[in-house]
Amino acid sequence: MVDRRLFTRALVAVGALSMAAAGSLASFAAHAQAKQPIKIGFSMALTGGLAGAGKAALIAMEIWRDDINKKGGLLGRQVEFVYYDDATAPAKVPPIYTKLLEVDKVDLVVSSYGTNEIAPAMPIVMRKKLVFPSLFGLAVNDEFKYDRYFQIMPAGPEPKTDWSRGFFDLALQQNPKPTTVAIVAADAEFALNAAAGARANAQKLGLKIVYDKTYPPATTDFTPIVRAIQATNPDIVYVGSYPPDSTGMVKAANEVGLKAKLFGGGMVGLQFAAIQKNLGPLLNGIVNYDFWVPEPTLDFPGVKEFLAKYQAQAKDKGVDPLGHYLPPYAYAYLQVLEQSVQATKSLDQAKLAAHMHKTTFKTVVGDVKFGKNGEWAKSRVLMVQFRNVQPDNLEQFAGPGKRVVLYPKEWKSGDIVYPYKQ
Amino acid sequence: MDLFSNAIVAGILLGAFYAAVAVGLAITFGQLDIVNIAHPAFVIAGSYCTWIINTRLGLDPVLIGVLLTPIFFVVGAGIYRIYYAAFERTGQESLSGLAFFFGMMFIIEVVLILVYGVDYRLVSAGYIGGTIEFGYVGIPFRMLVPCVVAAAVTVGVWLYLSRTFTGRAILAVAQDRLALQLMGADPVRIKQFAFGLAIATTAIAGSLLIIIGPVEPSVGRVYIGRAFAIVVLGGMGSIPGMIVAALILGVVETLVGTFMGPSWAPAVAFGVLLLTLAIRPTGLFGRQ
Repeated sequence: MVDRRLFTRALVAVGALSMAAAGSLASFAAHAQAKQPIKIGFSMALTGGLAGAGKAALIAMEIWRDDINKKGGLLGRQVEFVYYDDATAPAKVPPIYTKLLEVDKVDLVVSSYGTNEIAPAMPIVMRKKLVFPSLFGLAVNDEFKYDRYFQIMPAGPEPKTDWSRGFFDLALQQNPKPTTVAIVAADAEFALNAAAGARANAQKLGLKIVYDKTYPPATTDFTPIVRAIQATNPDIVYVGSYPPDSTGMVKAANEVGLKAKLFGGGMVGLQFAAIQKNLGPLLNGIVNYDFWVPEPTLDFPGVKEFLAKYQAQAKDKGVDPLGHYLPPYAYAYLQVLEQSVQATKSLDQAKLAAHMHKTTFKTVVGDVKFGKNGEWAKSRVLMVQFRNVQPDNLEQFAGPGKRVVLYPKEWKSGDIVYPYKQ
Repeated sequence: MDLFSNAIVAGILLGAFYAAVAVGLAITFGQLDIVNIAHPAFVIAGSYCTWIINTRLGLDPVLIGVLLTPIFFVVGAGIYRIYYAAFERTGQESLSGLAFFFGMMFIIEVVLILVYGVDYRLVSAGYIGGTIEFGYVGIPFRMLVPCVVAAAVTVGVWLYLSRTFTGRAILAVAQDRLALQLMGADPVRIKQFAFGLAIATTAIAGSLLIIIGPVEPSVGRVYIGRAFAIVVLGGMGSIPGMIVAALILGVVETLVGTFMGPSWAPAVAFGVLLLTLAIRPTGLFGRQ
């Protein structure tokens, strides 16, 4: 017969050993978890129409990842990207984010590039209540009103109207004041939003809209459109266009001899080095939006170091070689995420969102402060004017003086030349 | 009147360029019955070749397009041999052949992306940016040069097909392959030659496209619908029909774009296509 007391002692000993073993296992698992990389998931346009921007953004994001990993990572964990090409097809975005969250189990998400690619991800991100740092979407949150959406593009609290406010404010400061405006835009999400904002600004300022039409993105020749605009004899012409159209519009305006006093506004593409080089002197006088140019007023800490790294990597990759437009912001939206994770010492989405709402972030694009709707609390859409651009010279755009900042006044680096073609 | 004249002229210039893009498809799709959906991708390949040579050697884009035609011809002939061996010989050309060209379109696009990236590519030439004035009609050289070259290419192809033995054999192979075989001609070689000719025209069309505006690897997709519509509207296989259809599409697009608003242009142009096909199901110059 077994001694009962001995049996009880043995049981207690076994129990204690098991608990100790279980404790060690849990501690081992927790330790292993802590050392696993933090996964950041996103879709990106690496092929298709927006691939030029998407690939440039990816280079910038990878520079940030390498920088942060060199510094020891986030919360002591290395950072890893999980991303898929959305082929510039909005329909591909929802399944990508579903996979990132359900299969890849990423810890954090950020957006793809552009309005059309950000909007389709919103319902999925919102359902999971994730913070969503976003890259260059115009007025996406106007419809969703999501309190964890944070837009790095400095469009401002009223993105649609803030986008073109500078263009119209500048026009109204001229003497004699312009009285008529033509608005032309591509039939696509961003350009239509930009045109809607321009329309609202023009109406508010009492300008008479003499031409207000859209064109299909597949348009080959823009001379008939510019001629139709010319026939209405507008004082100013606001264009909301994508890169191939912007090129077509600028060439057509020069060929037709457009007589408007102010021309430009919302033309995407005139920020890209290859297009700037090709259009050369045709750009002179055009006033267009931009987000960063190498003017002394915009020399933020870290931006030049970042651009040096970007330009070294972009050289043989067939993307924008200078990278002034998008890449600094693609780096900055991850800096916002980085600073929030470091400050809250957590990946808790609610804590991150609360921190993002209340903090002013120091980034390579300057101080970033978000407003209630996740847009920049104060607009910093620059209006720049092309000046003294020489033919067939890419290097000229690397330094100051070719894109003079006219607006807003705190970043101004020169005065407007008006009318745009003397 | 000023606006109307300019719109008509701009339409003709645009239509001529469309004809240059569609002439190769009129041969492959219209005459050989091969649904070469990769046709616009070859046009983009032509644009990229033009861009590479133009930026490195500074040659004129049109001259580059012409110099590229023999290379594109050989590539086209080679592709047809693969297509024939894999699909046509076994009678699987309808669906599998379509998938083949669909795949080829993506391969061209992805190769261009991998090798040259996704930035916009443009060429320089002395005449780009200039305009010639005739009274109140202004003609940009950027559109005039492609129009003249396109006219030369399409008329040249038309004369070749209608006046030479090989050209007539190409027309014959589309109509009665067996009869051609009985006359001692090899239909496969004839089709191979015709396919090569069609792809050769894309070298020139590509050089014209990059004169007009910037190009990136996926921009060819824009022209798939238009090129097929022009071939169908012209009457399958008819080169004169294709030229007229391209000019109609160009003029309708610019007139509507000028007077109604550019957004309406594709809708009205394709409305014209549907209306024409409702009245003449075989197209403008198609045989009943």
